[in-house]
Amino acid sequence: MTEAPLPAQAHPQAQSSALTGGQGRPRLRLATVWLAGCSGCHMSFLDLDEFLFELAEAVEIVYSPVASDTKIYPEQVDVCLVEGAVANVDNLELALTLRQRTALVISFGDCAISANVPGLRNLFSAPGRDSARTVLERGYLELADASGQLPHAPGVVPELLPRVLPLHEVIPVDLYLPGCPPSAERIRAAIAPLLLGQRPLMEGAAMLRFG
Amino acid sequence: MVALPARERPQLRCCGASGCRHAGAGPLLAALRAAAAAGGPAADDMSAGASAALQPLEVRSVGCLRLCGEGPLLAWDGPEGTRLFGGLAPAAAAALVDQVRGVASLPLAADPALAGHQLDLEQPFFRLQRPLVLEGCGIVDPECIEAALAHGSYAQLRRVLHELSPEAVREQVRRSGLRGRGGGGYPTGLKWDTVALQPPGRRYVVCNADEGDPGAFMDRSVLEGDPHRLLEGMAIAAYAVGADHGYLYVRAEYPLAIERLRLALQQARQQGLLGQGIAGSSFNLDLEVRVGAGAYVCGEETALLHSIQGQRGTPRTRPPYPAQAGLWGAPTLINNVETFAAVPVILREGGDWYAAIGSGNSRGTKVFSLSGAIRHTGLVEVPMGTSLRTVVETMGGGDPDGGAVKAVQTGGPSGGCIPAALLDTPVDFESLLALGSMMGSGGMVVIGQGTAMPEVARHFMAFSVNESCGKCVPCRAGTVQLLALLDRCLERGATAADLEALEALCAMVKATSLCGLGQAAPNPVLSTLRHFRQEYSAAPGAGR
Amino acid sequence: MSVITLQVDGRDVAVPAGSTLLQAIRAAGLSVPTLCHLDGLDPVGACRLCLVEVEGGQRLLPACASEASEGQVIRTDTAQLQGYRRMAVELFFAEGNHVCAFCVANGQCELQDVAVAVGMDHSRFPYQYPQRSVDASHRHFSLDHNRCILCTRCVRVCDQIEGAHVWDVAERGSDCRIVAGLDQPWGEVEACTSCGKCVDVCPTGALYANEDTTAEKHPHPERAHQLRRAREHQQWLR
Ligand SMILES: Cc1cc2nc3c(=O)[nH]c(=O)nc-3n(C[C@H](O)[C@H](O)[C@H](O)COP(=O)(O)O)c2cc1C
Ligand code: SF4
Ligand code: SF4
Ligand code: SF4
Ligand code: FES
Ligand code: FES
Repeated sequence: MTEAPLPAQAHPQAQSSALTGGQGRPRLRLATVWLAGCSGCHMSFLDLDEFLFELAEAVEIVYSPVASDTKIYPEQVDVCLVEGAVANVDNLELALTLRQRTALVISFGDCAISANVPGLRNLFSAPGRDSARTVLERGYLELADASGQLPHAPGVVPELLPRVLPLHEVIPVDLYLPGCPPSAERIRAAIAPLLLGQRPLMEGAAMLRFG
Repeated sequence: MVALPARERPQLRCCGASGCRHAGAGPLLAALRAAAAAGGPAADDMSAGASAALQPLEVRSVGCLRLCGEGPLLAWDGPEGTRLFGGLAPAAAAALVDQVRGVASLPLAADPALAGHQLDLEQPFFRLQRPLVLEGCGIVDPECIEAALAHGSYAQLRRVLHELSPEAVREQVRRSGLRGRGGGGYPTGLKWDTVALQPPGRRYVVCNADEGDPGAFMDRSVLEGDPHRLLEGMAIAAYAVGADHGYLYVRAEYPLAIERLRLALQQARQQGLLGQGIAGSSFNLDLEVRVGAGAYVCGEETALLHSIQGQRGTPRTRPPYPAQAGLWGAPTLINNVETFAAVPVILREGGDWYAAIGSGNSRGTKVFSLSGAIRHTGLVEVPMGTSLRTVVETMGGGDPDGGAVKAVQTGGPSGGCIPAALLDTPVDFESLLALGSMMGSGGMVVIGQGTAMPEVARHFMAFSVNESCGKCVPCRAGTVQLLALLDRCLERGATAADLEALEALCAMVKATSLCGLGQAAPNPVLSTLRHFRQEYSAAPGAGR
Repeated sequence: MSVITLQVDGRDVAVPAGSTLLQAIRAAGLSVPTLCHLDGLDPVGACRLCLVEVEGGQRLLPACASEASEGQVIRTDTAQLQGYRRMAVELFFAEGNHVCAFCVANGQCELQDVAVAVGMDHSRFPYQYPQRSVDASHRHFSLDHNRCILCTRCVRVCDQIEGAHVWDVAERGSDCRIVAGLDQPWGEVEACTSCGKCVDVCPTGALYANEDTTAEKHPHPERAHQLRRAREHQQWLR
């Protein structure tokens, strides 16, 4: 029920370029982010095949695990596709940062939308015992040989959050692109209007079905 | 009711209802009987050679004497009228019996065992009551049909069977303006007509004694204190709608009520007041007790009927209403305990007489159980339209620590909270609804200054989460989400977005739930949002 | 046969007396989302998706479980109804454990369908992650409670069409769950004839044939209606 505020309010200047960018204007600054997901959504993105060339013409990819080397999320991003749920402190930090620096944030795929598969660890939270602890103990102690120990390297290995959260429970999200993964056609149908400064119409089974 | 006219031969009435039983009425009653027997013949076993020096002393166990918070309660009726005592220990029984007999060495006021235990019967709590439904409660011995008969029970049933047509009975009920006391306030006469006018065939009559609202004990008091009045009302109803079979559905948490009801049924059958050819007429009626299994939702009429039929207690879509298709598909009259218990007096005094009491579209009297942050907790019966202030402050004595009352909760988990500023509201169906609360069955919980209203809302929402039958999704899953939202508000203070979300979901659950439980579950939230909105944002970290 | 007329979203329609509002809506060439309703089974009015507005009425009515009456003016698709329906679908997803990508019913699921129909692209209500189990004790079929939406179609088809009454609902509120027999493992319930009707009519991936894996379920919700019609009208061929 925490409906995202309109991006226009969140980020007035960048927003206007996102929705009016196109011919004659500076290229749309696109980012893609990979949080707790399997990278399948990004793979599907790469399945866009020749549309990727069109895209390369129309946008500037400013941050992406598959198409850019930048390590720091840049300022003034127009559109960001976020794959994956928010499962650890690094995911959380990046989510908060990208929200501040991005006009239009898209929950990209079922994991970002509902926590989906990574969220299954939430099934193992009991009162007084969060799911992070349960899965860590299971993985690193119970199933390990006698030398097993819980990983602990602050600043190097990100700590798990007690629960895995969908993106919109952490930051306001502007558009939802479901699918596990969303098919290349669906991704294309969602992105193409953005290039023309329009909001895609997310309706019907072709655009909406989960899974 | 509690005070009786002066009488020559003294008697003691010891409250034997649940409230006082928990406060120790059992041992007190035993001690009183022992003391009465030790000093002389008790009334029950007066033998011919009894000493004339000592008056026989009757010690009766009666129903609720109203001021339950001071229990165990004991009334002493004698030549000086009635004196009322509260919180007496069994050890004080002998001293009291000596006082009654006039053989005590100290005057009453100086008797250390009794001093400080006498309660003022002239206080507004008693003075402003108008006992109709509770006419016999606290006076008759509920386990003794002779006592009930002596007090006039079944007189109207006999008269009706011999003198009035079913239509004439319904006419009186219609004229009385009586509306259902189970919460919905549906016009009783109209409901009776609906059942009576169905095509010929079998009909049933059912009494809803599932009283599940937390803090409500009006129906229990009738069941425990004057069960024959209820049976009489039900029998009259059965005659008026043409039913020859019926059920009393009582919640399992009321063992004493169940025991007394069963005894009363047996006694009534023995007296020919139930069964075949009642009171020499051609009217037959069998009534059975059915015990619930601890689900609040079984108070909802269609769920209750399923439960009687041996099915899972879940509500169903209405129409058809039970009056059209109820038990095993037959037209079924279902009314609340208090509704039925109001019937004998309506027939005795006439519908118009009853309709002259009350206000607006709410006629007659209503029983309320007062509890919470209030000085006098107990049972009151007042004319409809009496103001909340009169009930809570004048009669109830307000906050026990002398502070100001903050709000009054009516209608239990389906109702809402009315702020102190609106205490002048008359207690009637429409006025309470207009404030976002409802009459409900008559529970009135007074809330003191120290209580946070979102906590109150959360408490009731947790109740609804537990009691939802789970049939329809808005109630089953919506209340869970509402509870989570309330928890979040309480934990870190509500943001504007939280409140918006809360209101949107409340609206959805209210509008789309299948039965009254879900439809009313948001009321405690909505009414506290309406009257105490600032408290939702006031929690720590609010407005982030 | 007497006929009544009413108006659905501005269209006049005539239906046989005794028809439900849902039948009237269909007769008008329109539709409302439904989940618990299934042609051929008695209605229960539990999912609340088919609620419609009735002019002059105080409450919304479940089209599947309400009789149409003469002169009624109903609306099936107002902004208010759209909002409520979307919330109901969000509540369904949030109360269970639905991971469509790994579901036997993926692509054949009526819950997915209604999510699409009401435009539910994410749930504003946090997922509850209830602890639920899978009953794989039956030789041919399994019941995955994680995906059960408590529509009770299985309960009704087994009782009303197969006549075996294997299924019931136990507990209450969010603890509700479908139970076989006297809350036994399904495979141990002798009353079960292994006819598979419950699997046929289950709208989600909760009931499925053991040989089916992800996205392989082939439900047959039409069977309840076919059998009922066949028996009532003695017409055994389609
Ligand atoms: C959840 C729920 C619980 C109810 N509980 C009771 C109850 O305990 N006692 C009662 O008399 N009516 C209860 N009712 C109201 C009954 O459904 C019904 O309206 C009533 O018994 C009719 O009797 P009346 O017309 O005399 O009020 C409840 C309703 C709902 C929705
Ligand atoms: S509103 Fe609640 S109690 Fe009533 S039918 Fe629905 S789930 Fe059951
Ligand atoms: S039952 Fe339907 S909604 Fe649930 S996981 Fe399976 S496909 Fe998805
Ligand atoms: S198992 Fe399937 S058919 Fe049965 S109640 Fe659950 S979802 Fe409905
Ligand atoms: S229970 Fe004894 S006075 Fe009410
Ligand atoms: S389809 Fe009508 S309530 Fe479920």
